[in-house]
Amino acid sequence: MAVIEIRIELKKGVADPEGRNTKKALEALGFEGVGEVKTVKVYDIEVEGTHEEAVSEGEEMCRKLLANPVIQNFKVTVR
Amino acid sequence: MKEVRVCVLRIEGTNCEDEMADAFSTVGAVPEKVHLKQMERNAPSGLARSLEDYDILALPGGFSAGDYVRAGAIFAARIRSLMGPQLKRFVESGKPVLGVCNGFQILVELGLLPAMEGAMSEVPTAALYTNDSGRFECRPTVLRNDDRGKCIFASEIPKGGLVMFPSAHAEGKLMSNDPDFVSKLEDNGQIVFRYVNPDGSKAVYPWNPNGSPSDIAGICNPAGNVMGMMPHPERVMTRFTRPDWTRNPGPEEGDGMMIFRSVMENLK
Repeated sequence: MAVIEIRIELKKGVADPEGRNTKKALEALGFEGVGEVKTVKVYDIEVEGTHEEAVSEGEEMCRKLLANPVIQNFKVTVR
Repeated sequence: MKEVRVCVLRIEGTNCEDEMADAFSTVGAVPEKVHLKQMERNAPSGLARSLEDYDILALPGGFSAGDYVRAGAIFAARIRSLMGPQLKRFVESGKPVLGVCNGFQILVELGLLPAMEGAMSEVPTAALYTNDSGRFECRPTVLRNDDRGKCIFASEIPKGGLVMFPSAHAEGKLMSNDPDFVSKLEDNGQIVFRYVNPDGSKAVYPWNPNGSPSDIAGICNPAGNVMGMMPHPERVMTRFTRPDWTRNPGPEEGDGMMIFRSVMENLK
């Protein structure tokens, strides 16, 4: 049994309204010097098999459901 | 005339299936609200259904599977794994498919729209992504019919005519990796509806509620039998659901009627 971490990020150039609004809110709370704020989504998934199998299964999960290749990149690592 | 059977497909979290079914009833079709699980091979007899038994497929709005992962992604993945090949045949045979709001998001996630290369792509080739405002946008929107005669859901709407349908979504911005995406849609005659200001001029926020490029509100596939749109025609079937009906009663029928009448005319 392995636990894989799947990190789904927006591709470069895709606007991130949630990140932008969070940045505004942080600034409104008085945080100074806040640069770009990005939102990412992380899944921790328990899967059977070797680490290698787990990673390739995770990548398959991304292709079938977890990521839309038009706007998102994914990275699968074993935790 | 032969009975026109409509499959209004639902799973947990769809919430516009009643209006969608009613809209089809109003124009004389015979809609049935079908849960995706009824399409499974092991569904109990009596409840089991098959896509081939229907003439039209409608994907209603809502928050299917809680909009988890991405809006429409889970419903789309489940449809694809359960009946991808049947759905592809359904579309290739020219039968109409309508997706409204979450239904549009599902059609894009399924690869049935924009479908520039073949009826159904393996992976999505576009996305309906978070509104520029970062918020759920809920208000009447005015759409111009920019269909060039291809889309079987728009034939009863005057060319260039304006209709008012409500929008209610948080992810309605149509996106693609292709820098020439909009011009390709245009060249293929796939752009059906654009958001406009109430006077018909180019939409500015909030009349374009999501920041969609070229103010695109609805598109069809190159064959014209699959249409997805963010605003809700099924919510405006009578004058009483127009936002200004007390001041401006207008015609008895709501603008949404034309969408459903179009597809019925095209099936005759």
